[in-house]
Parts: sequence; structure tokens; C-alpha cells
Amino acid sequence: MSELNTQDAATEFMGRATKAQRIQALLHRYPWLSSALVLLIAIITFSFFNENFLTPGNLSLILQQVAIVGAIAAGQTLIILTAGIDLSCGAIAIFVSMVMAKTFGGAWDNPDDGLPVFWAFVLGLLVGTLAGAFNGYLVTRFKLPPFIVTLGTLNVFIAFTLIYASGRSISTNELPDFFLELGTYIDIGEFSITYGVLVMLLIYIILAFALRFTGWGRHVYAVGDDPNAARLAGIEVNRVLMSVYMVAGFVFAIAAWIIIGRVTVASPNTGPDLNLDTITAVVIGGTSLFGGRGAIFGSLIGAVIVGVFRNGLTLAGVDLYYQILAVGLLIIFAVTVDQWIRKARA
Amino acid sequence: MNKLAVLQAKNIAKTFGNVVALDGADLELFPGEVLAVIGDNGAGKSTLIKCLSGAETPDSGSIEIEGREVTLKRPQDGREVGIETVYQTLAVAPALDIASNLYLGREIRKKGPAGLIFRVLDSAGMKKKAKEHISALGIGTIQNISQAVETLSGGQRQAVAVARAAAFGQKVIIMDEPTAALGVRESNQVLKLIESERERGMPVILISHNMPQVFEVADRIQVMRLGKRVAVITPKTHDMREAVAIMTGAMKVDTKDQTLKPVR
Repeated sequence: MSELNTQDAATEFMGRATKAQRIQALLHRYPWLSSALVLLIAIITFSFFNENFLTPGNLSLILQQVAIVGAIAAGQTLIILTAGIDLSCGAIAIFVSMVMAKTFGGAWDNPDDGLPVFWAFVLGLLVGTLAGAFNGYLVTRFKLPPFIVTLGTLNVFIAFTLIYASGRSISTNELPDFFLELGTYIDIGEFSITYGVLVMLLIYIILAFALRFTGWGRHVYAVGDDPNAARLAGIEVNRVLMSVYMVAGFVFAIAAWIIIGRVTVASPNTGPDLNLDTITAVVIGGTSLFGGRGAIFGSLIGAVIVGVFRNGLTLAGVDLYYQILAVGLLIIFAVTVDQWIRKARA
Repeated sequence: MNKLAVLQAKNIAKTFGNVVALDGADLELFPGEVLAVIGDNGAGKSTLIKCLSGAETPDSGSIEIEGREVTLKRPQDGREVGIETVYQTLAVAPALDIASNLYLGREIRKKGPAGLIFRVLDSAGMKKKAKEHISALGIGTIQNISQAVETLSGGQRQAVAVARAAAFGQKVIIMDEPTAALGVRESNQVLKLIESERERGMPVILISHNMPQVFEVADRIQVMRLGKRVAVITPKTHDMREAVAIMTGAMKVDTKDQTLKPVR
């Protein structure tokens, strides 16, 4: 009988939960919901300020601008889900883009004895994965904090890139069509997006599938949530971490391909802020920096939010400095919401 | 009365740096019994059961399951030989739901190509079975199996950890302070659960500080002191006051007065 009473009391309590508590519980369950809401409000607001905002052309442009950060943010999300962080992600992507472009036979210093396009591409993917593995090795083997490890490798990979490139870019006419492929447009109705956008979306779909439906996905969350509990529950924590850093490295290498397609050159000086931009996207997307909670599509929404804010504020005639301010406030808002959600209990 | 021990640990030693946690500890667990392990803080109870579950690897000594020596290097190794453990920290992932936690580290994949090629998990199947396991415990009040564990109360979380051990325990269930975080009513439910595990023939090792509970449920009580087993008594041969005296070293028990053989 007491069992029943407890149940009644519980349902009654749930019935009496305040609106704030219910919202908190909902956000707790779907952490990307608040970012989706922010995106919706932003789109509606900006469409009032400028009639060009909501045109297919402009929305396509936003997606094209978001492709690079979005793709790298997908890999960053995996790492942040394990309570890690990767400051070297952008450096890896740029390094890979140089490797791909320079080992190919058309480049300026080896017009005759370079690799065929396909092998230059594969080599790039391999280098990206190995770079991720190197981060993962330092994190798992020496138990170093990911922040410090990737702060170190950030500089290492930047140095590699500059040394390898001898400070020179590889221009469009030296690059094979395959590397520029992701910059080409396809029209879907009135929308015009690049293949790069599609590849980015594909990365998200594949990773979301793996996180949602495979044991590996659950282990990633469990390791980020509480590594010790995960170990006691029989999960090989180091193996999971290693796989996450390697998959992320592979994703960064694919992002390198998107980068070449978008900027149409391979330059050692592209995107110095990619690491912080991707962390911004992940955080705004509702993934917790403390690990174990978040959804990968949230990061895509987060990247799009930043894109929408920049674009919308530009169209509304707002100065660039205030755009930076807006993004800063967004980050603080997102982290505050995350803290609030984490307090949700029942 | 000459039953073979299900689990036998001989002369287990374990040091952490300069700290000697276990100094040649022994333990025998016989079929269908509840063996309580008691001892003061630092007596080595937790380290001993961690060695038995695979969470720690002993420096020396041997562990036998049904007479066969086993090497437990990782928690998975303990699970594989049929030892399930409810850790004091519970070892649950708070953000994951109840079903995911129950099957954490041993997820079931879908049959057919979806499972084989794409490694898709059988979430529906796991949820269904998880529900059965939880309700089999009789620790009700969990309404939704897809609830995140962090939204549960302390007692409910404990129930999830216990359900996991009960569902998968093949040979031995170890519980480290399973009632430490619980209220009176929930503690009683866990004790009932231990008794029902014994009834279905599953031997249980119970680590506890709570003397009344130990004396209520245990068949035999192993007393640890300074990394060693100093006595094995029963609630019939000794009382609580004596147990505490043995724990603190104020009383010694002659081997002939100990209960080293099974009582069930």
C-alpha cells in the first residue's frame, strides 16, 4: 500500500512542477532544443530587419559560409562529449590541406613526380587520422589534460604546416579538379549550395547515427559522463577515447577537402580561429563542456546560429565589432543554460 | 558438509605505493551463502573485493572460481567469469537512461545485417528486458525505463546498480556498501533482495559498516583487520559487540572457534 502512496505522491508532485521545472526537464532531455529555439527566433527577427535575409540566395550563402566550421565542429563535438577539447582541430585541417595539395603532382615544387590525386587525398586522410591518434595517445597514455595536449599540438601542427609549405600557398591552377570539387554549386530549387555543404551534412548524419544507434556511441557518452564508472562497467575507456580522437582527426581531414574547395587555394595561413569557432558552435549547440551530454546536430545548429547572426547583423547594418559582441553574449548564454539544465533532477 | 568454494582467494597482497592495503588476505565463498565482510576503515575490505571483481589487480596471491584459477585484470574479466559487482560508487553513467546503464558494456546488437554490418543496437529489446529485470527486483517506483539515471533518487539509482548485478550475475554477486546511501525502507528492500538472491542459490558477498544489517542477513561474517582476515564468525557464534572487538583487535578468535566451513 505504501508503494502506491509513493507513486501517487510522485505523480502529484510532477503535476505540481512549475513551468520552469518542466522546461528544465525538457531541455535536460533534449539539450539542442534551446539552440533550435534561438535559431528560430534569430531567423524571424532578422527577417524583419532586412527583406533580403530570408531569400533562398542568402540562406544558401549562410550554409556555404558555415560548411567549414560546421564540419570541424562535428569532430570537435565527439571530443567534447568525452569531456575533452581540441584546440588543434583547425591546425590539423590546414596541415592536411597542405599535405593533400602539395603531395599531388601538379604543385609548384614537384610538377613531375607527385602522387596521383587519389593517393594524395588518401594520404591526407591518413595524416589527419594519425594527427588525431597522436592527440589521443598523449591523452590516454600520459593522462594529460586534452586542453594542454592540443594546445601543444596546435603549435606543432601549425609549425609543420609552415615548414612543409615553406610559407607558400598552392594556387587554384595548380590544384586538381577533384580538390576543388566541393566548392562547386548545385541548385536545389532556388537554393544553391556547394558539395561541401552536402559533405558536411553527411558527416553529421553518419556521426549522429553512430552516436545514437551503436554501442560505441553509448560508450562515448558514458566515458564523458564518468570515466571511472565507465571503466567499472566494463568499458575500455582508453580505447574509446583513442577512437574518438582518431575519428575526429579523420573528420578534420575531410574538412580540409571542404576548405580547399571553398577558398580554392591551399594556404598555410587559412583559418587561424577555426578551433575557437568550432568550440563556439559546439557550446551554442547545447553540448556540455563537462562531457557526457549533448547532441551532435546541436553543433550544426550552433554553427548555423553563428552564421545567421553574422549574416543577419551585417544585413541589418550592424558594425562587425558588435557582431563579435553578439557571438560572445551567445556563448555566455549557452553555457549558463547548460549549467541550469545540469541541475535538473526528476 | 564438504562443499567446494565457489570463490576462493588465497594470500592476496596489494600495495599502493607505501600503503599496504592487503597483506595476505584470504576469502572463501560457499554456494548459496551470504558472506559479510566487515572491518574498520583501511582494513582492506574494499581493496579485497576490488581484486575479486577485477577492478584492481593483486600484486600476489591466487583467485579460484569453482576450483579453477583465474586472472582478473579488468572489470570485464570479472564479469566474464560470472562475478557481478555493485560498487559503492554504483558505476552508472548519470546521463544515460536506465536501460542503457543496465546493458552498459554488454549491449545487444540487432540481429541480421543491421546489427552485423552497421552495428545497430537492439534498443527496444534491451528496454523490454531492462524493464523485466527492474520489476523482478520488486523495487518499484521506477515508471519510465528511458529516464536518465541522474533524474532518479539515490535509492532508485542503487536499485539500477543492483538490478544490473542481479540480472547478469552468473556465479557471484558482490555488493560494496549497498545500503550506505539509502533510507530505512530502501535498505530493507536491498536486504530482502540479498535474501532472495540467496534463495535462488546465488552466493553474495556483502561489504557493510552496518552491524545490525550484517547480523540480520549474513550466514558467515569475515572480519578484516590490517589487510588480513583475522576471523570468520557467524551471527550464532558471536554477537555484535564481539565482532567489533575483533575488528579493533581487542579480541582474538582461535581458529577452532571460527567458522571456516559452510553453514548452509
